[in-house]
Amino acid sequence: MVRSPPIDSVGLVTQHKAVFEEPLALDCGRELPRYELVYETYGELNRDASNAILVCHALSGNHHAAGYHSEHDRKPGWWETCIGPGKPLDTNRFFVVCSNNLGGCHGSTGPASINPHTNKPYGDQFPVVTVRDWVRSQASLADQLGIKQWAAVAGGSLGGMQALQWAIDHPERLRHAIVIAAAPRLSAQNIGFNEVARQAIMGDPEFHGGRYYDYGVSPRRGLAVARMLGHITYLSDDAMRAKFGRDLRGSMSFDFDEVDFEVESYLRYQGQRFVQDFDANTYLLMTKALDYFDPAAEHSDDFSAAIEPIQCSTLLLSFSSDWRFAPSRSREILRALLQKEKPVSYMEIEATQGHDAFLMPIPRYLEAFSAYMGNVAREVEI
Amino acid sequence: MNPLRRELEIVADWIEPGSRVLDLGCGDGTLLQYLVQRKGVTAYGLEIDPRKVTRCMDRGVNVVRADLDEGLADFHRDSFDHVIMSQTIQAVRYPDKLLEDLLRVGRHGIVTFPNIGYWRLRMQLLLRGRMPRSPALPNAWYNSPNIHLCTLRDFERLCSSMGIEILERRTLDRAHRSNPLLNLSPNLLAEVAIYRFVRGSQSR
Repeated sequence: MVRSPPIDSVGLVTQHKAVFEEPLALDCGRELPRYELVYETYGELNRDASNAILVCHALSGNHHAAGYHSEHDRKPGWWETCIGPGKPLDTNRFFVVCSNNLGGCHGSTGPASINPHTNKPYGDQFPVVTVRDWVRSQASLADQLGIKQWAAVAGGSLGGMQALQWAIDHPERLRHAIVIAAAPRLSAQNIGFNEVARQAIMGDPEFHGGRYYDYGVSPRRGLAVARMLGHITYLSDDAMRAKFGRDLRGSMSFDFDEVDFEVESYLRYQGQRFVQDFDANTYLLMTKALDYFDPAAEHSDDFSAAIEPIQCSTLLLSFSSDWRFAPSRSREILRALLQKEKPVSYMEIEATQGHDAFLMPIPRYLEAFSAYMGNVAREVEI
Repeated sequence: MNPLRRELEIVADWIEPGSRVLDLGCGDGTLLQYLVQRKGVTAYGLEIDPRKVTRCMDRGVNVVRADLDEGLADFHRDSFDHVIMSQTIQAVRYPDKLLEDLLRVGRHGIVTFPNIGYWRLRMQLLLRGRMPRSPALPNAWYNSPNIHLCTLRDFERLCSSMGIEILERRTLDRAHRSNPLLNLSPNLLAEVAIYRFVRGSQSR
């Protein structure tokens, strides 16, 4: 179906590719000899490059954060709610950049890319990357775009953790960190969910030790199960009850292959849709990066010592029904920032949607985010 | 004229430039923005109402959405030079506990509240036999956020029982002006009370 995008959308967008020929040293001790990052931009960079905002994506996200790739696109980018004219990340004022993380599967160098040493896909040979590695690669992208300092680095969930890592690693290179529905590190429960997801993928007979590209297959069943599990944790109990209850699709089948309940149908659909454009090795990498994220680890588990270098102002937002990264986790970040007398604002937003709330058009959330960004715009005089 | 204006001016006069300030129940952040811009203070506000929190963000002041009834556990002892409670103490569940917490995290406290001992309010109860209402206390008894009203005498007695040392008291009349006549009988004549205090030498 052909239709024109709504007026508060950035409209049709195209992706760009940045190529880096110098090697990137990684936390795991290995290095990538060369790498590429695919990214999109929305809005115009001003003359002194003071209006740039970096948006970091979460686990299954990519560089397509807003707008449409074609008139036939069914859905806009993943953060259409927050990016566009008049929206919190107002593209009339800001220049928004979003890149596909290293290890991703939407164009940036990742497990499906060709390893220059072997001329075959990296597969299981792709190094495990960390949040800090991503920040390093994004800093190189900023250099290439001529952006010395971001007006803000923003993200939700794993994206919020990247924003936090940015503030710690490059204090002078951002004025604000927007950290939404995130945590200072994962809980054992969080890591547990990630491990179950990984085992589902690695246990699939078509995984072939991560070298499934060589066999022309992919561990679709395992990846779909991983996504189904993830999906349950992103929603709240209330949201699932409201959406599906215990509604049956027809009558009970007394069979395991058939779909009985609406919620089963929904999860199977989500899983199937996901495997169409997501790479299993990338899923393994992204969950591992989440597990390893822990700025306090190098400071004897003292998170407030880890955030000591931060110079920017921080906005923390959390959602009441989020149990994957509950408001109490955001408060841990808040407490450390307060203890070190860093500029910080925090708001817990009442929302029924669970962890996914950061992607939803919740009026109070958008109002607060907009108010904060309006002040950022005044601060950089745009 | 904004009736809060004079009250906040008095509070602001007590804050030294460059000090660290916490405002409990900071509302829309008017006072904090003034203190940051005019006095270069490092400041945070706590506020429960999300609309007011958003107004604070719009003003660019640091604000944390928080329920004061849950205390100030996020803050260390002596984190602040001044902790302000402007028209807030009467709306919290445990005013005495919050005062104690206030003087744990701050060296000085500043509290303002509507004086329920004000003669016009006394008259309403005496003559009409109904819970007093005024521009400062506009709600009915059942839906008022102000659940712990007190007189000047009540507040001072609580302070003395808690070992809090009152350094200064200012009072405002119905027009929210200072008025020397108020000193004749402040507990009867003042509509608004403003106190500055510290931990007493007797207390910890």
